[in-house]
Amino acid sequence: MSRAYIPKVVTANHLIAGDSVWLTADDRWSPVMTEAELIDDEAHAAIRLLFAQHQKAVVVGAYLADARMGTHGPEPVHFREAFRTRGPSNYPHGKQADIRNV
Amino acid sequence: MYSYSEFDDAFLRERVAQFRAQVGRRIDGSLTEEEFRPLRLMNGLYLQLHAYMLRVAIPYGTLSATQMRQLAMIADRWDKGYGHFTTRQNIQFNWPQLRDVPDMLQALADVGMHAIQTSGNTIRNVTADHFAGAAADEIEDPRPVAELLRQWSTDHPEFQFLPRKFKIAITGAPNDRAVTRAHDIGLRMVRNDRGEPGFEVIVGGGLGRTPMIGQTIRDFLPKAELLPYLEAILSAYNLMGRRDNKYKARIKITVFENGLDAFKGEVDDTYARLRPGFSGFDQEMLSEIAGHFAPPVFRVAPTDGYDAARRADPVFRSWTDTNLAAHKADGYAIVSISLKKQGATPGDATSDQMRVMADLAERYGHDELRISHEQNVILPHVHKSDLPAIYAALLGADLATANIGLISDIIACPGMDYCSLATARSIPIAQDIATRFDELGLEQAIGPLKIKISGCINACGHHHVGHIGILGLDRAGVENYQITLGGDHTETAAIGEKTGPGFAADAIVPAIERLVTGYLDLRAGPDETFLETYRRLGAAPFKAMLYDTEASDAA
Repeated sequence: MSRAYIPKVVTANHLIAGDSVWLTADDRWSPVMTEAELIDDEAHAAIRLLFAQHQKAVVVGAYLADARMGTHGPEPVHFREAFRTRGPSNYPHGKQADIRNV
Repeated sequence: MYSYSEFDDAFLRERVAQFRAQVGRRIDGSLTEEEFRPLRLMNGLYLQLHAYMLRVAIPYGTLSATQMRQLAMIADRWDKGYGHFTTRQNIQFNWPQLRDVPDMLQALADVGMHAIQTSGNTIRNVTADHFAGAAADEIEDPRPVAELLRQWSTDHPEFQFLPRKFKIAITGAPNDRAVTRAHDIGLRMVRNDRGEPGFEVIVGGGLGRTPMIGQTIRDFLPKAELLPYLEAILSAYNLMGRRDNKYKARIKITVFENGLDAFKGEVDDTYARLRPGFSGFDQEMLSEIAGHFAPPVFRVAPTDGYDAARRADPVFRSWTDTNLAAHKADGYAIVSISLKKQGATPGDATSDQMRVMADLAERYGHDELRISHEQNVILPHVHKSDLPAIYAALLGADLATANIGLISDIIACPGMDYCSLATARSIPIAQDIATRFDELGLEQAIGPLKIKISGCINACGHHHVGHIGILGLDRAGVENYQITLGGDHTETAAIGEKTGPGFAADAIVPAIERLVTGYLDLRAGPDETFLETYRRLGAAPFKAMLYDTEASDAA
């Protein structure tokens, strides 16, 4: 029996700003992970990743990252992905400063 | 200092114009990322975790006041008001927007700086002893040779697609402050039996996944033979180096797998073929370059005021005891400005701090600044009578930390706070260690101690050659820190030994504290350094401090 599929989000970096973005269910790139589409089907994840990889003039380096549903939407599983949702720990720079309503 | 010729200036402006067009084509969709990536990397532009990062070369670590002010301007205008100085004498801007980068490169070109070959499988920024041209122990200033190497390697058509990146370090002094034994090529100036200066040539050193101490391929190479000989090494490596596996592509593996003798045989054959092509033009260029590095006119003045200030102010005295090094000219000192205030990010300077350091260099330091591989800033030529005024200005800019060479003078790579290659964070560990030992008030009592922290196996933080090295890893989705002991970055270079299992993020600072307080109990006297105690006693008592205590705590 295959192991249960770990849900995924599609994430990348924005071409101009370079910051982390996540693919939403309505095909937008959001700077907020909780707005991402949480994908729990492997085949659907592959299709969404292909879609993302074709957005060459918008994002760079799209990939699938493990995620789980939290109170406000998808949340990271790995600490690297958690850092990408907020920014560095030595200064209040990046998303933790840019997005104050999260 | 070297100032750009018309040729240099025109070359740089053309490169900026090319890159501006390439960025335009990337943004309008004519270039894919696969096409654009090698172009941006050639110009020092990386895409990191949260943003782009621009890595700018500071060749052989030398900056003028004007250049430092321009870095401050760039930080304010296109970044977040600070820059990060690295272990390879580069500065990194962590927050540029893609469309601004051509303007940043233009601003750099305006002051004779660039980001060319700060990435990619090319010859990278040539690094040098940060005390070059000033140190009392120096044979000759190595920077004219370093500048010759910069010109030779920049856009060298044969060496744009090497098997892997290639790093050269050079020192003119017997005391190695440039970590020459951990570079692809290390050059140490030495004298032969007739007293003539030349170079010991070291190849195949490197840290990273497979750390190796470089081996001496020539005990003494006359200065005039240096460029053809280096070209022979690069040519031999370019052909012999492996391209099938990036982890085995550095010259250290080429030398290791073939053996030094076989590699040297190839180099010697190539050298015999290349040597006649060097008709002396390189020596003419070197001599022209050397004129740019003429030492400043040192003044002769009394130092009574300095001596009186030392007697009157114990805090100033402590700073001078820690942050000064011996200068070759009477009455002068080399000042190290610490970018390691306890709790701050190692190697970071704000734009205001950069301007203060530029002003001090212009007013008191013959217009020279240096960046050390230890991520500090140096005023290489300061008359001692000016030290009280310099110290006062540094205090006002939060730059007067008296900790050079001590436990809080930690090298740390950006780690997972910025770097997309990292497996764990480095900066918070450095901040916590420095803060903890400051609280304990033990820093001065501990004495010379090098802690070096890398956030991944690539070892930008030089952890292998730290007296205490810390390597951040990802262990099953949790940050974990492995300790090495007994590393040495100097002329007696050594790779540190792993102690055993790693420590969780909340256990690493207590582990370092056990090591260091344990050392204080074991040392033969206050003058025996941590490294000396480790070498005298071996790893066993230090492993016991790390692991036995933990076992008893858990019991």
